Formats: sequence, C-alpha cells, structure tokens
Amino acid sequence: MVDLSVKIKDLVFKNPVLTASGTCGFGEELADFVDLAKLGGVVMKGTTLKPREGNDYPRMAETPSGMLNAVGLQNKGVDNFIKNIYPNIKDIDSQFIVNVNGSTVEEYVELTERINELDRIPAIELNISCPNVKEGGMAFGVSCPSAEAVVREVRKVYDKPLIVKLSPNVTDITEIAKAVEGQGADSVSLVNTFLGMAVDSKTRKPVLSTITGGLSGPAIKPIALRMVWQVYQAVKIPIIGMGGIMNATDAIEFMIAGAAAIQIGTAIFIDPTIPIQIIDGIESYLKENNLQSINELTGSLQI
Amino acid sequence: MKKTVQELLLIENTQLNHDNFKLILQSKTELPHIYPGQFVNVEIKKATEIFLRRPFSVLDVDYEKNTFSLLVKILGRGSKVLTTYQPGDTVSTIYPLGSSFTLPKKTDKVLLIGGGSGVAPMLFLAKISGLKPEQVHVILGARSKEDHIDISAYEPFGNYYFTTEDGSLGTKGFVTHHPVFTEELGNFDKVYTCGPDLMMKAVAAEAKKANVNCEASLENMMACGFGVCLCCVEKTTEGNKCVCTDGPVFNINQLTW
Repeated sequence: MVDLSVKIKDLVFKNPVLTASGTCGFGEELADFVDLAKLGGVVMKGTTLKPREGNDYPRMAETPSGMLNAVGLQNKGVDNFIKNIYPNIKDIDSQFIVNVNGSTVEEYVELTERINELDRIPAIELNISCPNVKEGGMAFGVSCPSAEAVVREVRKVYDKPLIVKLSPNVTDITEIAKAVEGQGADSVSLVNTFLGMAVDSKTRKPVLSTITGGLSGPAIKPIALRMVWQVYQAVKIPIIGMGGIMNATDAIEFMIAGAAAIQIGTAIFIDPTIPIQIIDGIESYLKENNLQSINELTGSLQI
Repeated sequence: MKKTVQELLLIENTQLNHDNFKLILQSKTELPHIYPGQFVNVEIKKATEIFLRRPFSVLDVDYEKNTFSLLVKILGRGSKVLTTYQPGDTVSTIYPLGSSFTLPKKTDKVLLIGGGSGVAPMLFLAKISGLKPEQVHVILGARSKEDHIDISAYEPFGNYYFTTEDGSLGTKGFVTHHPVFTEELGNFDKVYTCGPDLMMKAVAAEAKKANVNCEASLENMMACGFGVCLCCVEKTTEGNKCVCTDGPVFNINQLTW
C-alpha cells in the first residue's frame, strides 16, 4: 500500500488531487462523473459576499493548447452558499474548500468570518489573483504590500488552514509567496491564469467582452511548473501546484518540482473524470518507483 | 438523467449535402433517454490542435440498437475533421447534455422552425412529438437549395415547408417570410425554434406579438457543456444562466431579446 495522503497544517487530504476553483462548480456538478469522496479535495467556485452576475458574454476564447476565460466571479453570494449549497456538500467525505474573494480587505475579512462559522469547511483559499474583475482580485496579488495586507487581516479572524492563491502576472512570484508566508499563510496555491487576449482578425474586435482574460490549459504548463519550482526554493509552507495539468504525468512533474498537492482545472472541461484517472495514475507511479509515500515525491527534482 | 463520458463507436457517416453529415454513434450499454434540444459534447481527437470539445445536436435516437445520430455541419476546423471519421472509429462523447424542448400537449398544433444545424432538434422533435402529422408544421430555412438536407425520412411526422434566400427552393426569403409564418402564426399553440441567433430572434419577436408560446434552443460558445465553466451564459430575466445546463432550450419569455 502506498500512502497518498498529504497534510497542510493539520488538515489531511486523502490524496494530493484537488479540483481547481472555477472548474468544478461546488462539486455537485461533477457528481454524475466522479465519486466526490475519492477526491483529495474540491476548491469550490469563487465566492463573494454579495451575488455577482459576472462579465458579459462572450467570456471564452479557445487558443492554441488552452483557452481564455473572462467569467468575472459570477456567483450567487455567500448567503446562497450557506443556505443552498453547504447542506449538500457538508457530509461528503472529501475536503471542500471555499475560494474567498473580495474587492476590499474588509470584504475578504467579512466573508472569511462567515465561512469560519461553517464546521465542515476545513480551509479557505484566499483568491488574490482573479484577473477578470475590475476591483480587488488580482490587484491584491501583484504587489507585496497589498498581498500582505489581505493575508494579515484575514489571518486575524481565521485559525483554520489558510491557502493563498497566487497570480503569475508578476515580475517575481517568489516575492509574493514569501510576503504571504510572512503574514501566516499556511500554503500557497499557484498559479491562477495568465492575463491574455484574443483578437478576431475578420472583425478587428476582441473575442472577449472584457478584451483581456485569463489563459489556462497546457499552454501555460511549463511556466507554471517553473514558478512552482522557484517558489519551492523560496518558502517553507506547502505548495499546491496547478497550471495546465492534463494527466497523471503532468501532476507528478508538478510534485517533483515542489508541489505537495495539485489542482486540476481546465482539463475537467474536456474530461470530468480526469481527476480520478490522475489519482490512479499517481498511485501507479509510486508503486512502479517503489515509493511508499507521495511526500517522497515533493521536491524530488534531481539536479 | 445521468451524464456520462463515453467512448462510442461510429457505425455510419453519411454526407447529406455539401457541408452536412449525419454521424451514427453506438453505445455498448443501454442509452439513457435523450430528448430534442439535448446535445452531445464531442472530443475531436484527430484534430490535435482543437483543445475543447464541440457540441452537436441530436438528430435521432434508436433505443433498440443503442444508437443516436448527430447532425454535423461544417463550421470550422473541429466539425470538419469530425466529418472525416469513418465507421469503426471511436468517438469520445459526453451526453446527454442540457435541457430539452417541452413536449406539446396532445391537442396542440405546433410550428417548428429550424435553420443551419438547428434543423436537427426540429426534425427529432417532429418525430417524437406524439402528435398527428396534421398538427405538426415545420419551416426549414437555408441560403440556397443545396444547403437544405433531405428530410424524406421525417415526412410521415409532419408538414414541411422550405425557404431559401435565393428562391431556389420553396419560398424566397427567410423562415419568417413563409406564408405559414406570416399568415398562420396565431393559429399555433406552440412555436419551437433552433438555428442562428438572428433567425431565432426574428421568430421570437413575432411569436411574442402573436402571443404564441415559443421556445428557442441557443448555441452559445461553451467550454465544458455541464455547468462548471460558466462561459456560455445568456442574459435572462433571472440574471445570467448557463446555456449548457439551464438551457439550451429557453422559453422566450425568460430571455431578454
């Protein structure tokens, strides 16, 4: 038997495979395709204090080996989450994590306090990296002082594991990672999408209603992998790696580069059963390589 | 209705006209019920540069043979490569996806209006409506005669009318120019439509004026097809809704057209 479990602070994930926020709804949407209890965790759709309609259509553009999205945090708000979604997921034997968003530090704090009241939400992922909202979002994640400010204030009201989702749209991601670690973050997840753009040459118009959007998919994988490797050198807290993971080999590469766990995002759009295939693939890899625990893989890059 | 990811066997690929093909896919297991308006998301693995799946409307289902057919109209690289698949090939699918048209009441007289690949759910609906052929009237529109497909297999289920923009078949003009539409719209209990946005909007506007109940099936671009990416949203009276899960079929009163 190989041990697939990973720990972030005192929180145990049964395996290192989580589904990424914005690609798995609230978990329920995947229930037809996968046994949610088999997942290491589910990072649910970005949630805000108040309902948000998101951006106008079109919100998506297919690009070489990837896609751009400009959803803009469409969600029904935290009250709806607590009333209509939490009751359905709270007894599923996996770790359901809320992705917390705000346009001000105060909003992040207030939302965190609301989520903190929910016994069966074991952790939050603080999203300071959404590229598709006008206020807040990525603005907090691209400078050390603002990233520090959000994490510092949220940390004051939240004792459970605090994961901070980082933006790759920065000069040096290790600086941001160190800054949030310094304010007490328990883990960093990286990377969110890269700011990109698509143009229709026939109409000379932008494809997305917002002109720019977030790039995801295999197109970003080598850059995401490099960033995980760099951050692994820079911080002591566990890293949750993501960015274009399409299969178990990709996931294993992120772990070798330094990720303690990984998230599957855009790949779910193409095959919602892929998270389970990746868990199985990681298990097979460990057996084939005579590794007893997944933790032996993290940061095992041979240089 | 449980959605599944399934590798299906392509058993037939028939060219219907210069850019329309009918692909028949077979499941090894019993098919779930599939209704008109629902769609299948197909991974086009032979086109390695195509990243996302492509949605196609179901044209027909045969529960005895565990097969269903898709109408594939060539619109871009993905659909073009899919039409080159041969019997014996496997096709990765996710289905059945989305909502379906509300089936008519036994006494209803219905008008079905299709254009482009939107012809598929209209023919499927005509076939399984449960109505007598005299209650079912179908207007199909296209640019020209060669853009229409042979619908003879569906003739027993209704009355068919054609429009073409160049007048090469049926009434010259758009579907909304056909006399059945311009003169008899008010006599129908229900209008169903699927096709290009402009066509559906024109149909919906007239149906509203005539106070006839109308449902439209939308074709917004989507990444996932099962309600997680939130990319295919349409503005509705209750805010943004996903075309893939809340639709693709909407009552026009729900839309902000």
